[in-house]
Amino acid sequence: MRDELQKRVVKGPDGVEFEVEPLKDYYCEAPPAEHPPAYLKIVEDLFNWARSQSLWILGFGTGCGAIEMRPLMTPRFDAYRYGVQWRPTPRQSNLFIISGYLSVKTLKRVIRSYEQMQNPKYVVGLGSCTINGGMYWDSYNTIKRLDDYLPVDLYIAGCMPRPEALLAGFETLKHIIREGKAEGANLYARNFDWYKANQKKVIHDWDMPDYNW
Amino acid sequence: MALYTPDRSQYPAALPDGSLEFDLASGKYLKLWQGPQHPGITGNMSLELTVCGDEIVHARTHVGYLHRGFEKLMERRTFIQCFPIVCRICVPEPDFNEYCYAQAVEELAGIEAPERARWIRTLILEMGRINSYMMYLGGQAGSLGQAVIGQWTTYGRDLMLDRFEELTGARIYHMFILPGGVRDGLPDGFETRMEETLREIERIMADVEDVMFHNAVFKTRTVGQGIIRPEWIEDYGVTGPNARAAGVVKDVRKDQPYLVYPELDFEPVSGTDSDVFTRADVRRRDVHVSIDLVRQILARMPKDGPLMAKVPNVLHWKIPKGETYVRGECSRGEYGYYLVTDGSGYPRRVNVRGPSYTHAMALLEKMIVGVNIADVAGLMVSLHTYPPEIER
Amino acid sequence: MRALLDSLKSLYPLDDIVLQRPDLAFATVPAAQVRGLLHHLKEREGFTHLVLLTAVDWLEDGMFQLTYLLHDRARARDLGLRTLIRRDRATMDGIHDLWPTAATYQRELKEMFGIDFPGSPGVDDPFVLEGWTDLPPYRRDFDTKDFSERNFNHREGRVTHDPAAHMKRHLYPDEA
Repeated sequence: MRDELQKRVVKGPDGVEFEVEPLKDYYCEAPPAEHPPAYLKIVEDLFNWARSQSLWILGFGTGCGAIEMRPLMTPRFDAYRYGVQWRPTPRQSNLFIISGYLSVKTLKRVIRSYEQMQNPKYVVGLGSCTINGGMYWDSYNTIKRLDDYLPVDLYIAGCMPRPEALLAGFETLKHIIREGKAEGANLYARNFDWYKANQKKVIHDWDMPDYNW
Repeated sequence: MALYTPDRSQYPAALPDGSLEFDLASGKYLKLWQGPQHPGITGNMSLELTVCGDEIVHARTHVGYLHRGFEKLMERRTFIQCFPIVCRICVPEPDFNEYCYAQAVEELAGIEAPERARWIRTLILEMGRINSYMMYLGGQAGSLGQAVIGQWTTYGRDLMLDRFEELTGARIYHMFILPGGVRDGLPDGFETRMEETLREIERIMADVEDVMFHNAVFKTRTVGQGIIRPEWIEDYGVTGPNARAAGVVKDVRKDQPYLVYPELDFEPVSGTDSDVFTRADVRRRDVHVSIDLVRQILARMPKDGPLMAKVPNVLHWKIPKGETYVRGECSRGEYGYYLVTDGSGYPRRVNVRGPSYTHAMALLEKMIVGVNIADVAGLMVSLHTYPPEIER
Repeated sequence: MRALLDSLKSLYPLDDIVLQRPDLAFATVPAAQVRGLLHHLKEREGFTHLVLLTAVDWLEDGMFQLTYLLHDRARARDLGLRTLIRRDRATMDGIHDLWPTAATYQRELKEMFGIDFPGSPGVDDPFVLEGWTDLPPYRRDFDTKDFSERNFNHREGRVTHDPAAHMKRHLYPDEA
């Protein structure tokens, strides 16, 4: 474990000494809980309709697919007209586009970013390499199937998928959300131990709390 | 009159070698991570900044978030199987990978690409350069808060991507320059549509010049900021526009002309001030050079002739033992492939020398000390680094 | 280039000289002479630009080949220096005092090949890998396919053909 994560005594600027245990003090340890649907189906449908109309994407370009985000933000393809926009922080976003292969090092950051996002949240896997490794199937540093590590709602195949494919993907995702089938966050909470076991199998130096948000 | 005078009473003392002495436990310093999940970072990398107040006292670049191990993967792929994966090494300007790889293989195998293929290769490389610069200009303006420039330049880049699509069939990864030649010739009417695209890009560039380069805010935040000292050029292996902006006119296209550059008429762009503004300006003027080059190529290239040299059956293609290094001038500097073969059907070793390797690691860590946090993004973008070519 | 190589040959034990192109030559020097020769080339011959520093693993000979590629811009020529070091004692003198940027290359070689450069700044810090416990991945005896199959879950249904056999079947059916 890295030095800054060890339990230690810290002296503040005002000269007062205090003890810090970073993994306990800086993170909430409570595991994620399932979020039940609203008491009436019509209310849940209304919620889902509203959710589907505002997909806010986390601006984290994890792989080469990030290059096609820029055209989507600009007038040529203009995803904003579908209620899709990009946000700089996980706290404001509900859609995580995994834009391509994930190296083990990035997977760690992706898990943390995903866990910091607010419920309900969706994951879209972009590119063939998220589905089965694509052309990096024999690489020692990229994960081969994303849905072992994060609950994926939708895959967009291609290397690399065109912006039109992404727009179609957004429309499909909206459809899935309106049908109430985009239950990724609940799935993650329900199978939390399974996801964690998979994640820890590839991240050999796990040095963060199990759930950080 | 200075707009802002920082309080330096708490700042660390400088050690004789120019680095700063600071003690993290004193509580005066804060560690701040910029990236990998951060809008102000180029691609997927991160900077570990140690700040005092809002000034950086120490920085460390962390890369490896995009590492796929290409150099290892290529060792277990045949020479022709390597060709579709090399372009993935650098996303915004993939063609240099294809060219350098193809050229290195051709050199070791004793093949010469036909004349027409060499013209088309040059055309593709120059189109890619325009794309890369357009992307850079949007990023540079965006990092300093001018979001609208990015909207315009991405539109211009999209038009160029249409031409790429017409020529190669793909927007991003073209997989067009293969060992032995190129896949196809120009489609009918390509020259006319390219001329329209170039005119549109020139119009966009005129707007960009007016709105970005004559903007008081942009000038205030970039002039005199992030200077690369001339003595750093050789120490840190700085190449391309970063070196040219410092007055060192390094341009592989002129120094060691490759493809059909000896027949083309152009002058490398250079500057003198070596700050963020000059680097942006050098690249803006370089777009016009590339536009001119594309016009020259389209006017002078042979209209017919073979596109592929005779290549042995790729299934049994063995290349004799040897090694070579091939370089080209990409939009960020010197891009090179070091290829070692051992007489088998697989490369023994491929090493990719991306310009960002030196720019984003050693040079950036050195330059960033003393910079305000708000200017880090602008400074980093001005070096024009693409992380995938650092870690491959 | 010829003249340069001849003059260097009188000063240093150059071996195995290959003139790859008129502007690019490769030569082998003993590991002990590398620093001296690089210094000479940088200060006297105008090779001021360190293009790259990398290694090649000759597993069957039990050797690592280090390649130092230098560029002389004024005369537009490149010189690649090869030096062979033992695989089981993979240690080399650093050149980070000649070119500060070499520290990055040495850090990468330490991680990816396991070649140590004692005294190079940050050489032991992880560079691109994180939590790596296996053999250094660029060594020839590290099998990336095997590692990938052991370490990662693979999606079922992916078919991998032997490329030569597959292409032969589909593209060259007549060929025996």
